[in-house]
Amino acid sequence: MEKNESEMITIYVMGKKHLVPADLTIMKAMEYAGHQFKRGAGCRGGFCGACATIYRTKGSYKLQGALACQKIVEDGMYIAQIPFSPAEKKTYDVRELRPDASTFLEYYPEIARCLSCNTCTKSCPQDIQVMDYVQAALRGDVEEAAKLSFDCLSCGLCAVRCPAEIVPYNIAQLARRLYSRYIVGPTEHVLKRVEEVEAGEFDEGIEELKGMERETLQHRYETREKRL
Amino acid sequence: MSGYPDSMQESMRLVEETRAGRIGKSFPSMTAEEKEKILVDWHPDYRMDQKRRLKIGPSKGELMPLEVANALEAHPAIKPSDIDLSSISYDVDVLVIGAGGAGLAAALLALENGIAREGILMVQKLRLGDANSKMSQGGIQAADAPDDSPTIHYLDIIGGGHYVNKPELVEVMVKEAPGVIKWHEELGVIYDKLEDWSMQLAPGGGTSRKRMHSCKDYTGLEITRVLVDEFLNREIPYVEFTSAVELLMDDMGQVAGAILYDMDSDEYLVARAKSTIVTTGGFGRLHIQGFETTNHYGATFDGVVMAYHAGAALRDLDSTQFHPTGAAYPEQIVGQLCTEKLRTRGAQPLNKFGELFVYPLETRDVEASALIRECYGRDNGIVTPSGVRGVWLDTPLIDVVNGEGTIEREFAAMFRNFNKFDIDIRKEPMLVFPTLHYQNGGVEINVHTETSVPGLFAAGEVVGGVHGKNRLMGNSQLDLYVFGRRAGRFAAERARKATVGKLTLSHLDRYEKLLADAGVETDRRAPFLLPEYRGKRTLEHQLKLL
Repeated sequence: MEKNESEMITIYVMGKKHLVPADLTIMKAMEYAGHQFKRGAGCRGGFCGACATIYRTKGSYKLQGALACQKIVEDGMYIAQIPFSPAEKKTYDVRELRPDASTFLEYYPEIARCLSCNTCTKSCPQDIQVMDYVQAALRGDVEEAAKLSFDCLSCGLCAVRCPAEIVPYNIAQLARRLYSRYIVGPTEHVLKRVEEVEAGEFDEGIEELKGMERETLQHRYETREKRL
Repeated sequence: MSGYPDSMQESMRLVEETRAGRIGKSFPSMTAEEKEKILVDWHPDYRMDQKRRLKIGPSKGELMPLEVANALEAHPAIKPSDIDLSSISYDVDVLVIGAGGAGLAAALLALENGIAREGILMVQKLRLGDANSKMSQGGIQAADAPDDSPTIHYLDIIGGGHYVNKPELVEVMVKEAPGVIKWHEELGVIYDKLEDWSMQLAPGGGTSRKRMHSCKDYTGLEITRVLVDEFLNREIPYVEFTSAVELLMDDMGQVAGAILYDMDSDEYLVARAKSTIVTTGGFGRLHIQGFETTNHYGATFDGVVMAYHAGAALRDLDSTQFHPTGAAYPEQIVGQLCTEKLRTRGAQPLNKFGELFVYPLETRDVEASALIRECYGRDNGIVTPSGVRGVWLDTPLIDVVNGEGTIEREFAAMFRNFNKFDIDIRKEPMLVFPTLHYQNGGVEINVHTETSVPGLFAAGEVVGGVHGKNRLMGNSQLDLYVFGRRAGRFAAERARKATVGKLTLSHLDRYEKLLADAGVETDRRAPFLLPEYRGKRTLEHQLKLL
C-alpha cells in the first residue's frame, strides 16, 4: 500500500495525456491535471453516482466502470466520464400501483428483453447483482428486487452497457417504492405517536422545559435518565 | 493481507490484543465541567486567532470563522448594471433554490398546498437531489418509541446545543418528527425494521434514548432518491446546473425571486417569484481552518451569502461542527465520513496503545475535542506515512458484539468504500480524525421558516438556531424535512396573497457601500458556487479566452 508520493504516472483523459501523482483517485487526478468539474463530481465520497467513469487499463481490452472518486489511477489508464445516462423516467402515482410484474412491464416493457448476459452486473461499481434484480422484477418478486438493488446510486453505468437497452436503476427505484409501500407493514408506534402529538399530549411537558431558567434546565439535562 | 502499512502494524497489533478485554467495557462520560474544559482547550471553535468580528451588515460585530467572514466581506457576485430586469425568464409563485432534502420537501408541499405545478420552479446548482442530504449515513431522529417522547427529544437537543437553540424551532421539530417518518413511509422509503415491522432504533451521541431510524448506512441516499422520484412524478418544473447567484428584491423591500446563472452557457436569467425559499445547504467546502470535509462538492455557503446581501439576520455562525470520525487513512479518502452509527453499534475509539480514552457517544463537539487532544495534546495518536494523525475506531467489535454479518448488513457503504482501498473493516479498524461536517449557524428563521426579510423563506442547513452551538446526529436529516415541509406550506400561503412590486437589485449597491464604508478592500466575490481544486500551476497560468 505504501507508495512513493512523488511517483508520477501517465493517464489519458478523453485521449489527452497527463502526468499525475500515482496515488490520486481519478477525480483528484483530473483536477490535478487542470479540470474543474461542473458535471462529473458530486458528493466525492461514493454516495451520489455523479462521477460515473469508464476506462481501459494498459494492455487490456476490457472496458471497465468506476466512480471517479473511488478509484485510484493506474499507469496508462484511458479515462472518459459519463456524467449523465440518457434515459426517461416514467411518471406514476405510487398510491395506485400493484406490487407485481405487470407494473414493471407496463412502465418499462423493455425489461422483457433482458438477455441474462450479466453485463450490467459486471459494470456496476457498487458490485450489485443488477441482472438478478432485473430478473426478480420480471418475475414479480418485488422484495428481492428492492433488497438486491438497495445500494444502487443510479450512476447509470449499467444502463449504458445493457445490450437490451434496459435502464435498470429506474426499475430498481420503482421496486423499492413498491416494496416499502405495499409489502412492508405499517409502523404502529409511529402512527400512534403522530396521533398523540396531534392530541397535544406533549404540549405541557415541552412548555415546561421552554419556560425553565437555564440552570434548572441544565440540571434537568445533566440528571436525565438514559435508556440506551 | 493488511490494508495498513508496516509503520502502523505495531499499534494495530495492540488493538487486536486488547479487543477481547474491551468487550462490554466503556469509558465514563465526562461531567459538565470536564466537557466545558475540553471544549475550551481543544475544540477548533475556541481558537480565537481563527475568528474575527464581522465588519458589516445586521450581524456586524459577531465573531465568525475567518473563512465565513471572508465570504460575507466580499463583493456581490454580480453588478446590478450588468443585469436587464425587464427580461423575465421565469415568473412563478414559489421559487425553490437548492434541490437537496429540504428543497425537495418544500416543492412537494407547495404543490400539496395549492400552488399549481407551473407556479413552482426548482433551481439547482448541480443535479436534482445531489446534495449533502444524500450523503447522510447514520440516520434520522424521531421520538416515536414507546419509552421515548418529543419532550425527552427536546431536552437532548437543548442540552446538546448548549442551551442557546431557538426553543420554538426545537419544539416544532420534535413534535413533527414522527410525522416526517410517517410521510417518508407513505412515499416509499425503506427504513430498517424488525420482524414485527417496528423500527430498528439505535442511540446517537448525546441521545438519552434509542431514537435513530436508519436505512442501512445509506439513510440520506434512500430518502432523497424517493423524494426525487416523487418530485419527478409530480412533474414540477426544475432546472439543473443553474445556480441562483443573488436574490432579487422589489421596491417594497421584499425578496422577489433570484438572478440565476446557467452553468453551461454562462448566461444570466431573471426569475421573479412571490415567495422564495433558500435551501442551499452549508459551508463545508469553505474548509474552515483548513480542515478536510465530509461535505458535498456544492456546499459553498451560497444561500447565507445571498440572504445576507438582501439584509437577512444570521445567527450562531461562530459555531462549526467537526464530526469526530472522518477517515484519516487511506490518503485518498482523508476527511470523508465514518458514520457515528459505527460507534452506536459498538465500535470504540482507541489510542495508539489500543486503550479507550473517551466515552464513545459524547456529543460531537466533546467527542471531537477528545480525539484532537489524544492526537495533539497527549501524542497518543497514530501517524500515517503522509503525516496525518488519527486514532483507531475498532470496527471489528461491531461484529463481535452484534454477531457476524452485522457490518455487511448495516454498514454496506462503509464496508464497500473501505474495501475499495483494501481495508476490510470487519477485520481491521479504521483510522479516524475529526473532519469539518456541518454549519451549526446560518440564516435566522421563525417557526413559519420566514427570515427577517419579507418574501424570503429558508430551511435546512442554511438555517441557524435549530441546533444551537452543537447538532446531534440524526437531527439534520430531521430538520430538512420538518422545516422543508413547513417552508413549502408557508411559502405557498404567502404566494396566494402577495404582490410583487418593481424589481430591483439596489440592495447589492447598498452592500457595496457597506463594504466601502467599513474600509473593506478586497477582490473577493461571493457566492463562488464551486470550490477550487485545480493544481497551482494551472491557476497561475490561467487565461479565459473562450
